[in-house]
Amino acid sequence: MVQDKKYSLFLGCVIPNRYPFIEAATKKVFQKLGITLVDMEGASCCPAPGVFRGFDIDTWLIIATRNLTIAENNNYDIATMCNGCYGSLLEADHQLKSDVEKRNMVNYHLSKVNRSYKGSIKVKHIIEILYKDIGLDKIKNRVKYGRKNKLDLRIAVHYGCHLLKPSEIRPWGKDSETPHFLDDLVEATGCKSINYLDKYRCCGAAGAVRSAFKEISLDFTREKLTNMRAAGVEAIITVCPFCHLQFDLGQIEINKIFKDRIDAPFNIPVIYYTQLLGLALGMNPEEVGLIKDKELSGVPPFISIEPFLTKIGEKLEG
Amino acid sequence: MLDYEPDIITNCTNTLVDSLKEAGYSEVDACIQCGTCSGGCPSGERTALKVRTIMRKVQLGIEDILSENDIWYCSTCYTCLERCPRKLPITDMIIFLRNLAVQKGFMLKSHLDLCKKFCFSGHGVPIDDKKWKELREFYGLKKVPPTVHSHEKDLDEVKRLLISSKFNELINIDSEELGIKKKVKVSIVEETLEKYITEEEKLKISKI
Repeated sequence: MVQDKKYSLFLGCVIPNRYPFIEAATKKVFQKLGITLVDMEGASCCPAPGVFRGFDIDTWLIIATRNLTIAENNNYDIATMCNGCYGSLLEADHQLKSDVEKRNMVNYHLSKVNRSYKGSIKVKHIIEILYKDIGLDKIKNRVKYGRKNKLDLRIAVHYGCHLLKPSEIRPWGKDSETPHFLDDLVEATGCKSINYLDKYRCCGAAGAVRSAFKEISLDFTREKLTNMRAAGVEAIITVCPFCHLQFDLGQIEINKIFKDRIDAPFNIPVIYYTQLLGLALGMNPEEVGLIKDKELSGVPPFISIEPFLTKIGEKLEG
Repeated sequence: MLDYEPDIITNCTNTLVDSLKEAGYSEVDACIQCGTCSGGCPSGERTALKVRTIMRKVQLGIEDILSENDIWYCSTCYTCLERCPRKLPITDMIIFLRNLAVQKGFMLKSHLDLCKKFCFSGHGVPIDDKKWKELREFYGLKKVPPTVHSHEKDLDEVKRLLISSKFNELINIDSEELGIKKKVKVSIVEETLEKYITEEEKLKISKI
């Protein structure tokens, strides 16, 4: 039996090794909501669903399943903060639960390191836990700044592809083209989710495109940023560290590479959802990792979040 | 328009279709070339990737697609798979075609480098500079995350599994290089796509 109120937290690569404030903020916010996120000791890369799966599907499946067995040993369902990890782990789990041959193949390899897949846990994205397990109403009730002092910022929501698709093995129903659960979660904090052109489009980072063809990958992002700016947004909310990186570091890169193809340099603050939620629950910017380490150079956030924090400050005072 | 001689359709032996069917993608024949996939493809808008053409070439057994860059332009956004009126798992098929390409030795250098990082560290994006440890500490986290980075035994497990699935052979890494003692056969990775690498490396961007 999987116990309630505890999840195995799958970190992946980009969060712990590049964007650690997402890890810090998510742990604290979930703790505040009464959920403990237990570390998965010894977990590896998920491995990334477009990259490593593109090189060798069986290896991808074996390594992903090894990660699943760590959570099985913890005996808690998996919570991921990354759409890519979510895609890999969810799809690996789905394949092994529905295909005995594959399960036998993977377990043959895992037996060499004294592991075996049992199929005893579920894989969830933290957004699924917030929206489906905790629920919108409960979150709204906990939000401190929602009634009088509204956060009330204009937000561009970016879902990311692997959170939604393939919809057949996702928990959101068949509508992968115009879902609204993340908009609802953002609006639960008092902010306004602004509609923008091609809102559900890919950020361009995944599928091994960023690593091999950075300029092409950033051209996806340039288009999205142009549409976001045209809609007059004050911040971008992400739920995936790779999308987050693509929008954060990506703006710096786009401002250089596409200098001649953009009206003006981009500088839209990029915030991970749990950071925004934490603020709405009454936590301070430091607790949710919204203060930049000024001692270190070449570390995120690359786009200043000061304007975002200033606006938040003004909203809450006014 | 496709510029193939019509008799190629009857003359070619189709190992691509056979491979896809063997891997469980039996629906490959069902593509009716409606173009919905290409129509919704965000990559196809800006690259040479035309998903409909890929599907047609698969049906015709034209293996050029394995040595060309097009299949690597797919960002795996799954829009084509969602919208296909014949419900073909197109994105998954493209991923499988990438596997075939790699088996034939076609792999971009940046992807090979990623594989090496993963094989040696267990992370696709590892901690490779002390600033990342300091950054973790700044946010109140342990300097080294509780992943394979903290557990030698677990990294060893990952390496053994990579050897067990022969992934190291696929990308030409000897098991002893990984610190695991066992004799394996080494194959050669052709770097035929070199011309594209130089283009990519023109971009002087601070690498994260």
